[in-house]
Amino acid sequence: MPSSRRSFLAGSAAAVLGGALAAPASAQQMVRGVFANGDRPLIAFPQKRPLMVLTPRPPQLETPFAVFDQGAFTPNDAFFVRWHLAEIPAGIDAATHRIRVSGAVGKPFTLSMADLQRMPAVEIAAVNQCSGNSRGFFEPRPAGGQWQDGAMGNALWRGVRLKDVLDRAGLAAGAKQVQFNGLDKPTLPGTPDFLKSLDVDVARGDDVIVAYAMNGKPLPLLNGFPVRLVVPGWYSTYWVKMLSDITVLDHVDDQFWMKTAYRIPDTPNHSVAPTEGGFATIPINRMVVRSFVTNIADGASLKAGRTAVRGIAFDGGSGIESVEVSSDGGTTWTPAALETDYGKYSFRRWNAAVNLDAGKTYVLACRAFGNDGGAQTATPIWNPGGYMRNVIQQYKVSVA
Amino acid sequence: MKIIAFAAFAALVPLVAAGATPSKVSVTMPGDLSFAFKPGPGSQAATTYCLICHSSAYVSTQPPLDRAHWDAEVTKMRKAFGATIPDKDAAEIVDYLTASYGKAP
Repeated sequence: MPSSRRSFLAGSAAAVLGGALAAPASAQQMVRGVFANGDRPLIAFPQKRPLMVLTPRPPQLETPFAVFDQGAFTPNDAFFVRWHLAEIPAGIDAATHRIRVSGAVGKPFTLSMADLQRMPAVEIAAVNQCSGNSRGFFEPRPAGGQWQDGAMGNALWRGVRLKDVLDRAGLAAGAKQVQFNGLDKPTLPGTPDFLKSLDVDVARGDDVIVAYAMNGKPLPLLNGFPVRLVVPGWYSTYWVKMLSDITVLDHVDDQFWMKTAYRIPDTPNHSVAPTEGGFATIPINRMVVRSFVTNIADGASLKAGRTAVRGIAFDGGSGIESVEVSSDGGTTWTPAALETDYGKYSFRRWNAAVNLDAGKTYVLACRAFGNDGGAQTATPIWNPGGYMRNVIQQYKVSVA
Repeated sequence: MKIIAFAAFAALVPLVAAGATPSKVSVTMPGDLSFAFKPGPGSQAATTYCLICHSSAYVSTQPPLDRAHWDAEVTKMRKAFGATIPDKDAAEIVDYLTASYGKAP
């Protein structure tokens, strides 16, 4: 079987010859795979710089990892993209966009973007990470979006508290969950529309917002223009894009995207053996703590001497308590210095240094701890969905 | 084959880039619906049914999966996602995916 890389290269060259590409996809515009079938063409979608294309329709676009070394915030045009359904409006008029608030409420009403702008605004820095970020590293490999580590980003979100919206409608006595819908639609009538729900107490949390700005600008269309839900600390499956409906339920949501999809084993670390079955599951929810080195890639060749190691860390909203680095594969650890704190849901940048001797190889590693005591796993977890990976990252380097 | 597949792949960019383009145009991508899968017995059935909802990259970027996994995927598309694939074509698609994008069990 030919390698996928060769297929992609051949295809790209052919497309250029055919004149079909607006921007030629040369061999250089390809991110090499770090697992089988992992090569990704870099293509610019609307309002985006060239990103790693997993799938064009519905679009799944990954942020090249080097972007995360450039700052605590991820630029809008580099922010990852993931849609479930193919019928995504290509044109939206924010002036006519409405959010319908209905269901188990005292007073259903409709919100325009102008209505939102008139409500008290809040800003919050928060990491948006796909549940299946890093799925491609699971072994054995589950089916699903084959992400490397770039299905995440950190932005400063501006909007209004969902709580304020819900309070305006007034929750009915029996309200159990709040369900969210966006403008995206399935192609086939039999495909479940993409709906996600939060328990009322989560939905009414101070930090859950209906966001109309991202890093000080309107959201890119592919990130949910004109307005999306932001659920800091929670995986992005709940961050419904192009938000159009907020429906209060008097029952626990039992439709496909809550009852069947995005479920995790109700086991320690949400991990099971690949052969295991019959375990209970729960809806995925809060993120687990992770950290990454951003200035050194696995397999890098480095110069001898004192060497800077820097990176990012984040968790599900307790905030980063500490980060440590190792140059011996995790046998011994030294503390890293934490940089500016943009809030407990943000990427936290960190800095450290290690001594490297010429002619040797090293296994660098980093690990973060949350203020809630959360820690990364020493060995990878496994679950059928390929969710919630947070193993301690290792980077093999050789020193000249 | 590859030429057509990748020309179609790239065609998404200008279509979506035109912001005022109606949603139906931006997501239908007629060029994307032909010849995007590897050639082989069953590729026509895969083209007919799979590409209605998603690009062939949803298949080609997967790790090599064995027959049981491809069968589970096709079943999921029919049962959970409402794909209206007749039994005969579904069986053909499973054979095709296993042969073209799979591995031995």
